[in-house]
Amino acid sequence: MSPERPRVLVIIPAYNEATAISLVVADVQRVLTDADVLVVDDGSRDATAQRAEEAGAAVLRLPCNLGIGGAVQSGYKFALRRGYDIVGRVDGDGQHRPEDLAMLVAHVTEGKADLAIGSRYLEDLGYRGAWTRRAGVVLFSGLLTCLLRQRITDATSGLRAISSDLAELYTVELPTDYPEIEGTIGAKRAGFRIGEYPATMQERQGGTSSITPLRSVYYVVKVLLAVAAAYLRPSNRRREEQ
Amino acid sequence: MIDRTIVVSVAGSLFLLLLVMELVRRRQLREQYALAWLISGVILFVLSFSRTLLALVAQALGIFYPPSALFLIGFFLFLLVLLHFSVIISRQANEIKDLVQEVALLQWRVGQCEKRVDDAAEAEQRDAT
Repeated sequence: MSPERPRVLVIIPAYNEATAISLVVADVQRVLTDADVLVVDDGSRDATAQRAEEAGAAVLRLPCNLGIGGAVQSGYKFALRRGYDIVGRVDGDGQHRPEDLAMLVAHVTEGKADLAIGSRYLEDLGYRGAWTRRAGVVLFSGLLTCLLRQRITDATSGLRAISSDLAELYTVELPTDYPEIEGTIGAKRAGFRIGEYPATMQERQGGTSSITPLRSVYYVVKVLLAVAAAYLRPSNRRREEQ
Repeated sequence: MIDRTIVVSVAGSLFLLLLVMELVRRRQLREQYALAWLISGVILFVLSFSRTLLALVAQALGIFYPPSALFLIGFFLFLLVLLHFSVIISRQANEIKDLVQEVALLQWRVGQCEKRVDDAAEAEQRDAT
C-alpha cells in the first residue's frame, strides 16, 4: 500500500436526504478526521446538495437520477482522478456508523482486504430488520457464500471500503442500481480479496427508504439475472495472484 | 383473379417501405436505425409479391395456409427489430450514464476554478487597498 498515510475519500450517495445529510457529513468528518468527504447528489429534488456543501463536503451534482450504483460510481471516478488510495462509502441516511467505516478503512489500509464490507449479521449486534428484508439478505448471502466459496453474511450492505485498484474496476463495471451484490462478485472474480467485519446499523436519521415491495421483487429478479450473466461471461480482468 | 391477401400484404409492406424512406428523407429517422425496418419491409414485400415463393416457404415451415407464413415471418422480423432497439437503448443508457457522471465531475472542477479565481481577485483587491 502506498505512503505511510493513505489518502482516504468517503463517498456518501444521497437522494433527497436534505434533512439527514448535514449530520451524516459532520459525523464522518468528526470520526475520519484525515478523510475527504464527497457527497454524490443523485439528482435530488430537495436541498441535499446545498446542505452537504454547507456541511463542508465536496459535492457532485448528478443532473439526473442514475440510481445508487451510478452515484457511487461517479464517486469512484472522482477518487481515481484525484489520486485517493482508499475509498469508503456510507449511506446518506445516517444508518451507518462512521466508527465502523473507520475500522473498514483501517483493514484495507493494512492490506487485509481490497473490499471490506460492514456486516450487520456477522455478530449479533442487535439489528432487526423486517422479515422480508431478512429473507432477501439470507437468500443473497447464501448465494454469495456458495459462489465466492467464502462466508458472506450481509450481501446487500452498503457500508464498504475499497482499495483504489478495485475502484478502478468499479469505474468500468458497476450496475447503476443495486450495485452491492454484483460489485462483490465482480471483485472476487477479478481476483480481489474480500473481508467482512461486524458493524452496527442505526435508525435512519431522516428521509424515506427507497425500498418498496415491488422494487424488492425487481431487485431479487434483476440481481439473480445479473449474477447468472456474470458467470456466463469470461472475467477478462482477472488479476494475477500476488 | 388476384387473391385479396396479396393485395393487402403487398400494399402493407410497400407502405412500410415508403414510410421508412420518407422518414429517412426528412431526417427524422437515422439510416443506421432505418436499416432494420428496411430489411424487414423488403422481406415482407418479396414474400407478399411472389405467391410461389411464399408457398415454398410455408411448405418448408409446415404451414398449410401460405398467408399465415407471412404473419409468422412478419412477427419474428418485428421481434428482432424490437430486440435490436433494446440493445441500442441499453447502449445509449450506458452512454448517458457516463455523460451524466462526466457533467457532475466537470461541474465540480468548474466550481473549484471559480473559487480560485474569486479568491485571487479578492486577494488582489486587498493588496490594492
